[in-house]
Amino acid sequence: MNENKFMTVFKQNAIWLVFIAEIAIFAYFNPKFLSVPNIVNISRQVSYYGIASIGMTFVILIAGIDLSIGSIIALVNVVCAYLMMNMGWNMWLAILVSILMAILIGVLNGWMVASIGIPAIIATFASQTIFRGCAYLLSGGLPIPGVVLEHPTFGFFARWALNRWDIFKSMGQVGLIPICAIIMVICFAAGSFILNKSYFGRYFYAIGGNEEASELSGIRVNKMKYLIYALSGFFAGLAGIVLLSRSGSAQSTAAIGFEFEVITCVVLGGVSVAGGIGRMSGVVAGVLIIGSLKSGMIMMNVSEYTQMVVQGLVLAVAVGIDCFSKKRQAS
Amino acid sequence: MADDYVLELEHIRKEYPGVIALKDVTLQLRRGEILGLIGENGAGKSTLIKCCSGAVIPTSGKIKIKKEAGGEVKEFSRMTPQLAAENGIAIIYQEFNNVGELSAAENMFLGRPILKKNGIVIDRKAMEAEAAKAFAQLDININPGELVKNLSVGYQQMVEIAKAIQQNAQVLIMDEPSAPLTTKEVESMFKVVELLKSRGVSIIYISHRLEEIFRLSDRIEVIRDGEYVDTLITDKDPATIPHQVDDLIKLMVGREMTQKYPPRKPCVRDDVVIELQHVYGNGDEDISFKVHAGEVLGLGGLVGAGRTEIAQVIFGARPKDSGKIIFLGNEINPKAPRAAIDYGIALLPEDRKRHGALLTNSIKNNISMPIYERISKASVIDSKFEKATAEKYREDIQIKCPSIHQLVKNLSGGNQQKVILAKWLAANSKLIIFDEPTRGIDVGAKYEIYKLINDLVENGVAILMISSEMEELIGMSDRIIVLAEGKMMGELQKDEFDADTILTYASGIVPENKKEAS
Repeated sequence: MNENKFMTVFKQNAIWLVFIAEIAIFAYFNPKFLSVPNIVNISRQVSYYGIASIGMTFVILIAGIDLSIGSIIALVNVVCAYLMMNMGWNMWLAILVSILMAILIGVLNGWMVASIGIPAIIATFASQTIFRGCAYLLSGGLPIPGVVLEHPTFGFFARWALNRWDIFKSMGQVGLIPICAIIMVICFAAGSFILNKSYFGRYFYAIGGNEEASELSGIRVNKMKYLIYALSGFFAGLAGIVLLSRSGSAQSTAAIGFEFEVITCVVLGGVSVAGGIGRMSGVVAGVLIIGSLKSGMIMMNVSEYTQMVVQGLVLAVAVGIDCFSKKRQAS
Repeated sequence: MADDYVLELEHIRKEYPGVIALKDVTLQLRRGEILGLIGENGAGKSTLIKCCSGAVIPTSGKIKIKKEAGGEVKEFSRMTPQLAAENGIAIIYQEFNNVGELSAAENMFLGRPILKKNGIVIDRKAMEAEAAKAFAQLDININPGELVKNLSVGYQQMVEIAKAIQQNAQVLIMDEPSAPLTTKEVESMFKVVELLKSRGVSIIYISHRLEEIFRLSDRIEVIRDGEYVDTLITDKDPATIPHQVDDLIKLMVGREMTQKYPPRKPCVRDDVVIELQHVYGNGDEDISFKVHAGEVLGLGGLVGAGRTEIAQVIFGARPKDSGKIIFLGNEINPKAPRAAIDYGIALLPEDRKRHGALLTNSIKNNISMPIYERISKASVIDSKFEKATAEKYREDIQIKCPSIHQLVKNLSGGNQQKVILAKWLAANSKLIIFDEPTRGIDVGAKYEIYKLINDLVENGVAILMISSEMEELIGMSDRIIVLAEGKMMGELQKDEFDADTILTYASGIVPENKKEAS
């Protein structure tokens, strides 16, 4: 029995070994990989899909999928920038409104999936196209440059936080720990809390395991689906704001193919595409692996096209391992 | 002369991580015999036959096959589906492997079609002729060109058997073949089985229904907890059968079973828990009945009579069209199971694995599922209370498990049913609807479920019990209502209980003497 427990714990955390091995390989080929600037850079890069991966984790846990998050990010970028630059709105108000809009798009996805009964892959594919189109329409296909951000690391948050909290002042290093990475950590903590401590998490796992039995156990499955797609919209919206703060320019072409990367992170982190199985810590590992893989490949001068091939392979292998272990369990 | 064994399984063992499904099972099948294989649920019957088909790889043990009489003995440490087919082993599973959209003949030749001379086009005519030949051999009348989905369940099974015979199977393993069939279909299946035996085919027949085992088998092998227990020679003398049944049950359960239904103190109270007044909807018409506190109301009828449907309406899983449901004195109209649960109504569905238990969740999570919102503050679960609740019911109703964190899919059918019951007890239900409470549950666990039902009514819970097992219906109910085609056909008080009357009602006929009364 003890040996089994050890094996389960080992299997649950095997993904971290992959991460360590990956770091070791990149560090071996390029010592600069482990330099402070590069680590800071990676943490900045991963934060934006790390944040979105939390919503996607919930969605995949209930055996759904959300293909619209890339478009949500583009639209959030464009809307937020439009409100601030073209209409002179207050920054906070613009952020609030654009995140609310992202949540509403999530609710719309939930409505299509839960109330109408469109398969998630089609419903969210439709909204992917619709809202990408909206982003193009609103921006006229042109970038909206010069969005408030003087500071590359989510400046306004940083200044605001630095002025507010002594803890950041005393660390004095907040410039090194990017604010967006801090936001990501807070989001992961919140996601982990929802999954493990709140009853919503229990419901998500139940629905992913068996929707009908969940409904008959008293879970309002449709309501939960609305909630989950809305959460996915919310986290995508937040990721959009993070992206905007980094780029300083709203692009209607931003985050094309982004959902693909996030799904890869989540599935690599051990969340089963069949639903019902997965842990937040695994997703963190998945995000870090993909983030350092991208950064490592760039440092090794791997071409963008090769990177695509590698990422596709990673996705196939991750899903393959999941499906293969299920198959073996069955026999 | 040594026995002519067509199939021998020697010391088969199968371990899964954390579970030993088969400890040590030995089985010898003689040429041309019918061997009954029995054991409680979870005894390892299914795993054993999956070892024969190649679906499961044994951890250790040997499989010996002698396809032809006097031929050489082949020895295997594992099978594959292909090896099984080559060596003449065919399995008829409970769920058929038919493709509904293809014809009977096409199903028989699935994966190995007869082609025309050009080697490309399927020769439908030749296949249909071959299929017709196979059906004729079995003395059954199926049109080979008919789509399988249009065939009755009994005929669908026949297509599978014919396929096995057409492939020259020498060993036919049948897993609960009678479970999906009607009484009439069971008879024709028996005929085919006996016909096959007379042709020298050897058959392993697995069934929960002991009377079938006695009717068909030459020998009976009993396994328990993954171990070989004993093999008996079947004595078909009707006088000795009751005695043999007792012996077999003892062997299967490993202890004495004195009574089938535990005694219950009279506990029916006067207060009505639920009353239906002329409820229409979900395929049912004009259903009216009352269930009192401490009463078991049995719902009898044939499959499709509308019993599950009325349960769904009460539980809020389907809407009603008209009529009133009065629960504890107030009219209610639950629009979703959640609403019904909050009133105190519970449903243990017929199909446990699909609708009842959350198989991929732990015992603890299953039990607390309906009460999570109540035991959470600002959505944070009171995890101490959650654990204590699960431990309490594990103790109270004796859920056999190493820990409350175990996944429900690893439990036996009886224990799964107990987990589902525990969930409703935790939700403090006043009316519990059991839909086929002991379907697919073995003899020993059945008795425990009955005892739990008794405990419930003695504590004043009202129970609505849907059952297709006549004995169970009569043995457990205080009153019985019989439905047919969505309508109420009659009500029987305890002193009127009689299998014939119930069957007459169930077939939609109101007996003469009752007509005037109503």
